[in-house]
Amino acid sequence: MSSAKTSSNAEDYLRMYRQMVRIRTFEDNANQLYLSAKMPGLTHMYSGEEAVAVGICEALRVTDKITSTHRGHGHCVAKGAEFKEMFCELLGKEEGYCRGKGGSMHIADQSNGNLGANAIVGGSMGIATGSAYTARLLGRDDVTVCFFGDGATAQGLMYEVMNMAALWKLPVIYACENNGYSEYTRTDEIAAGSIIARAEAFGIEAHQVDGQDVLAVNELAQKLVARARKGEGPFFIELMTYRYHGHHVGDINREYYRSKEEEREWKQNRDPIIKFRGWLVAQGVVSEGEIDAMNAEIERDAAAAVEYALNASYPDVSEVDMHVFTDVEHALSQPTA
Amino acid sequence: MREITLSQAVNEALAEEMRRDETVFIIGEDVAEAGTPFKVLSGLVEEFGTDRVVDTPIAEPGFMGLAVGAAMTGTRPVVDLMFGDFIYLIMDQLCNQAAKTHYMSGGKMSAPLVVRTNLGATRRSAAQHSQSLHALVAHIPGLKVALPSSAYEAKGLLKTAIRDNNPVVIFEDKLMYNDKAPVPEEEYLIPFGEAHIKRAGTDVTLIGTSSMVQVCEKAAGNLAAEGISAEVIDPRTIVPLDEAALLASAKKTSRVIVVDEGHQSFGITGEIASRINEKAFYHLDAPVLRMGAMDVPVPFTPVLEDLTVPTPQSVAENARKLVSGEMIHAA
Repeated sequence: MSSAKTSSNAEDYLRMYRQMVRIRTFEDNANQLYLSAKMPGLTHMYSGEEAVAVGICEALRVTDKITSTHRGHGHCVAKGAEFKEMFCELLGKEEGYCRGKGGSMHIADQSNGNLGANAIVGGSMGIATGSAYTARLLGRDDVTVCFFGDGATAQGLMYEVMNMAALWKLPVIYACENNGYSEYTRTDEIAAGSIIARAEAFGIEAHQVDGQDVLAVNELAQKLVARARKGEGPFFIELMTYRYHGHHVGDINREYYRSKEEEREWKQNRDPIIKFRGWLVAQGVVSEGEIDAMNAEIERDAAAAVEYALNASYPDVSEVDMHVFTDVEHALSQPTA
Repeated sequence: MREITLSQAVNEALAEEMRRDETVFIIGEDVAEAGTPFKVLSGLVEEFGTDRVVDTPIAEPGFMGLAVGAAMTGTRPVVDLMFGDFIYLIMDQLCNQAAKTHYMSGGKMSAPLVVRTNLGATRRSAAQHSQSLHALVAHIPGLKVALPSSAYEAKGLLKTAIRDNNPVVIFEDKLMYNDKAPVPEEEYLIPFGEAHIKRAGTDVTLIGTSSMVQVCEKAAGNLAAEGISAEVIDPRTIVPLDEAALLASAKKTSRVIVVDEGHQSFGITGEIASRINEKAFYHLDAPVLRMGAMDVPVPFTPVLEDLTVPTPQSVAENARKLVSGEMIHAA
């Protein structure tokens, strides 16, 4: 862990730990829903990358904005979302954050500043940059964090908006979660040169950080968010991390692109939750027993939310043509002659 | 009433809405000091400054995406897309992001933005600066699409578009920027989804969009001299579409030609013709005719380009055939 830390911020540390465990627990339950065929469609697991979302979102205010990705449950939890509404959304239920119309890949929680997951790789980079433009134009001091994966660094949109963000000094932080794989392909096979050098080419200050070390991520995020808030942005962070599951939950047999030994190495020796737990206990912030109790409580919360969501109502069929337009209740039943 | 050009009408609409609402801003290529290649925006940067009249790099997907995010968070961007042909470049941000924001979020978020762009051939600009691509976006649920046919409509529809909480795409005919029309000094809005009967008639209905409204009006004038009474209707917006007004006219005249500058196949003319067939079939004395642009890339040479779009002569000729009872099939 980052060396300069002490246990003086116990409350913050425990909240970060708790949020990381909440993400892992959410994902374990989501995976079970998929495996037991209780969830429509499929989903992309954030497990293994928890320190990235939590380290960054713990540096943000509720009014700060984020944009998320297809692998977005972690960002959603870290920015303050509730299990119940999230599981309802994954199961297509009326009480979901998007009334079941978005699902896992479009989950959004605007009440906490989450502008939404996005099923187009790199698709939210413009949105994040525009959110930062709003802050500047309207004189707000919000910061926007744009989460995206290493795969998205191949999209042209990223370079177009980074250019504009740099020209106009927008309060946006581009957070590249480099989990080493671009869907089913090793990223070093599709990314030439250095990823952070690409941001630096626009004059954007760029950092690389261990994405498995929540304190290192949070320390960097705190500094950059404060500076972005003062108009010193934009910034770019490459967070070195790992996804434990395949590209999506159905990507089970993946030895053609990565070895089980590699997966084992990350899970056993670089797990962000195990590492942080060990540090918290060693520093005397918390006891093993207290951690176990916290984990058990989170598991109970998740189980209750899953149970709730499984029994919750689907939206009424009349909703199918609602919300196409803001000002038309039912888009397909406008009066005609 | 005073007459101003379509270009001045657009400029006035933007200035009025930007004075009224400080969250409105213009973003696009060469919109500030240059005022666009068509000089539509001249003078706006002087009044509103470079934060609200934003010159961008030549990066259409980038500034379109930025506009979506800005719209989602409390502003009302008016995106200036220099040529309608560049709409292919912004399709993901417009159709996958902006159009779906409200629906995918279960009604909790919205993207109130306007894309101002253009259409229209016969400017000798060849295949990548002459297309009329409004059918592409009209196909996407969640987008509204306006097609002003004169300076009057250009101003009233743009003001409505800026106040609308949905993404709206407005296509101005780039050959009409210098055309004058009567435009009131006092403020007015034109509601979406209300067609305008430009000329009443009883024998045949000519439904025209954008500059094809003028084509239809000229055709109607020629036909009147021959004793054929043509009704000319301008839908003004194709999403939403004032189906009731179009059906009422079809039922009255029993003969309809739909004229639009988009490619004829799989386009606006086919959509409108189909709706009339479905809902007014037993009132019709002839098949509804489609007249769109030829299904060819727009050629450069004038001798070929002029063949590709409907003209007053070709519209009048088809109207005569319909009225005389000659069964024809649109080529």
